[in-house]
Amino acid sequence: MLDARAIRADFPLLAQREHGRPIVYLDNAATTQKPQVVLDALTDYYRTTNANVHRGAYDLAIRATEAYEAARVRVAQFVNAWASEGVVFTRGTTEAINLVAGSYGRATVRAGDTVVVTAMDHHSNLVPWQLLCQEKGASVRMVEITADGRLDLSDFGRALEGRPKVVALPYVSNALGTVNPVAQLARLAHAAGAVVLVDGAQATPHLAVDVQALDCDFYALSGHKMLGPMGIGALVAKPALLDAMPPYQGGGEMIARVWDDHSTYNQLPHKFEAGTPNVEGAVGLAAAIAYLERVGLDRIAEHEVTLAQAAIEQLSEIDGITVYGPRDHRAGVVSFTYGDIHPHDLATILDQDGVCIRAGHHCAQPLMRRLNVAATARASFYLYNDEDDLATLIAALAKAGALFGYATA
Amino acid sequence: MDTPRPEPPLNALYQELILDHYRRPRNKGVLEHPTHTVALTNPLCGDEIDLQLRVEGDVITDVRFIGRGCSISQAAASMMTQIVRQRPVSDALQLAQRMSALMRGDEAAATDRALGDLRALAGVARFPVRVKCALLPWNALTDALKS
Repeated sequence: MLDARAIRADFPLLAQREHGRPIVYLDNAATTQKPQVVLDALTDYYRTTNANVHRGAYDLAIRATEAYEAARVRVAQFVNAWASEGVVFTRGTTEAINLVAGSYGRATVRAGDTVVVTAMDHHSNLVPWQLLCQEKGASVRMVEITADGRLDLSDFGRALEGRPKVVALPYVSNALGTVNPVAQLARLAHAAGAVVLVDGAQATPHLAVDVQALDCDFYALSGHKMLGPMGIGALVAKPALLDAMPPYQGGGEMIARVWDDHSTYNQLPHKFEAGTPNVEGAVGLAAAIAYLERVGLDRIAEHEVTLAQAAIEQLSEIDGITVYGPRDHRAGVVSFTYGDIHPHDLATILDQDGVCIRAGHHCAQPLMRRLNVAATARASFYLYNDEDDLATLIAALAKAGALFGYATA
Repeated sequence: MDTPRPEPPLNALYQELILDHYRRPRNKGVLEHPTHTVALTNPLCGDEIDLQLRVEGDVITDVRFIGRGCSISQAAASMMTQIVRQRPVSDALQLAQRMSALMRGDEAAATDRALGDLRALAGVARFPVRVKCALLPWNALTDALKS
């Protein structure tokens, strides 16, 4: 286990109190808190380096461009990207997926084609494909899940028989914590002639990612879920694919030459980065990656899985609590319900003890329908959480149980 | 292990009367021949209510609701159907306004006998994010009667 107490000292927000209690932040699948080094990187950038990038007629602008491009290299190394020009900065995972659907998808998906998604995809890896398929007269094929919240591999096989153009799936489910066997699924999808997009929003912060080993084609990630600032993320892609794709948005930076009625486009990755980019965000994300690498992704993954397993065990002992998702091959996300106590009531009650959890459909309404619930409560752990946080959660749940008349042994 | 004691604001929020309405909702179901129907959802938390009224002359002669959501929204819906049944429309709209006042923390509303059991919801005012739950059925009622 990590020394979570020492790690917590690096995060100013976690020293705050909520309702007079020390904060127990268990909503890391929604967003993460930021260490001081990330906050410092943001202010240092504006104090010493700020200028618009790629227009370097003076030294300051050159330094800003270098900081921005160094951040790109850092992201590329972090996930073992094919090349740093295969890293396109976006606002986050959602924009990265919309970029692929709006550019690659629009150029390749035709009437009658199929795009495969899964019943555990976040709305951000579903709705862009619905929009594309509606526009093209194509169809979305959703792969089912098993009773214990894993992808149904035989249904995945059946979905591939339709020779889909694109297979989109999450590496880690944000609602169940399931870790999908992406490398295996990508191999099958490629054999069926599809390109593979992996939603890495919940994986990148929590386990060592190697996109070349996964052998996907597109990989999307969000900075704010991995200690970085909001509004920065990346699409990591095979450069040959990006090169063949039409631009996604038009504007400055993405062009080579502009005439009255047409333009030629900049080289990768700038072709996909129209307008002034989020340099501050990229610099902050690079600082977050440096922090995560110093702790070590393997140690973070082990820490979270240990906490999640303990959480599942302790939650399962409480009469009336149902835990969703698989028992193994999972990350630090634990979804549950408690009898007839609505998750929003649970969240309100836990909040009084400073415990922050998520209650709701987790932007996964098709999944909730399959679990036959309207909503779940979700506790998601990160490197700064420890057994004391879990104990506070369990005690607060006992309080909720008492309020609603459940026996709390 | 001793059962920890919930704090006073939580006790005020989750009173027995509220939990009773949540678990045994009154007037839940489908109304035959409604004159007014309205469906409202709270997209943020997914609370749903489908309200059906029969208004004859100026009086709400019957009311039913179908819904799902948190204890506050569903208890508020159940309690609302009890109090507005067999009441003039103008009374019901006035009660909706008194409920809004109650949710703003208005002390006069909290002791207003005209609100009857609805006063049990006064504790919601201390949880601003939950106010919309308690007002969901009342917003549905207002929408239905003004349509």
